[in-house]
Amino acid sequence: MKFGVLIFPGSNCEHDAYHMIGKVLHQPVQFIWHQSGDLGDCDAIIVPGGFSYGDYLRTGAIARFSPVMEAVKRFASKEGLVLGICNGFQILLESGLLPGAMLKNQGLKYVCRHVHIRVESTHTPFTAACRQGEVLNIPIGHMEGNFFVDPDTLYKMERNQQVIFRYCTPQGEITKEANPNGSLANIAGICNEQRNVLGMMPHPERASEALLGSEDGLMIFKSMVGSMVHS
Amino acid sequence: MRARVFVSLKKSVLDPQGKTIYHSLRNLGYGNIQDVRQGKFFEIHLDSSLSNEEARKEVEKMAKSVLTNPVIEEFSYEMDVA
Repeated sequence: MKFGVLIFPGSNCEHDAYHMIGKVLHQPVQFIWHQSGDLGDCDAIIVPGGFSYGDYLRTGAIARFSPVMEAVKRFASKEGLVLGICNGFQILLESGLLPGAMLKNQGLKYVCRHVHIRVESTHTPFTAACRQGEVLNIPIGHMEGNFFVDPDTLYKMERNQQVIFRYCTPQGEITKEANPNGSLANIAGICNEQRNVLGMMPHPERASEALLGSEDGLMIFKSMVGSMVHS
Repeated sequence: MRARVFVSLKKSVLDPQGKTIYHSLRNLGYGNIQDVRQGKFFEIHLDSSLSNEEARKEVEKMAKSVLTNPVIEEFSYEMDVA
């Protein structure tokens, strides 16, 4: 499975993703510059974390006008797999590829630490290798991860099982205390209706080697590779 | 011609920054305030060749497509000849 990792001015997690896919997952991977209108022969696209365009105006707001995002939209409409991590998630929200928007963290602080998230649906190419309700230990690092969406859209998303990850306790309970940023319904990750675009605030690429303290993030990439083999 | 665009979070969206500023002001003794909402302000200079109506259309388009995220934000604006 060939992965493409996008790079915007201000991205800073693209090398982590590149390393993990190439050296840990042992899959072919290439970088794709934001000015490119062509994703080549990639089977999956990673929109990495960082501070694209310095987070000017709103997080992800400028990146969405990049030529590469037009290509990503076409790719997504043809059922291509797109994974947005942290700032990548914010870019997918601003692009309209995922519903909702991000507000500043409720505590008004940048939060950088390991959190626990519960897998709410294994019915996606990104979570197929997980167990339903499995708790993953993956770090976050963000200032705007307070997910918001209007009540009607949230109702629709819950009904379609588009909420894929929720912040939880180590035992898997969804509590207010386990929510690091005030995110609506403890939401940490969502997918689109077609289930081929996923956005998540936690960084699975930072939790894919024992050396880093957790390998739980690898499950997401292994799921993606597995979905390719089975389809 | 100059447009002054004001962007703020929708009333239905909690504004944690505004709330914090509100509490700070109250603590400093400003007891007469009811609420604080924080927003953004843009000053946009437009070509003088545009008619008033063209300029307004342009500003509204920019505000809807770029300056705000309509999921969480709303805007108002005023025009003046600078």
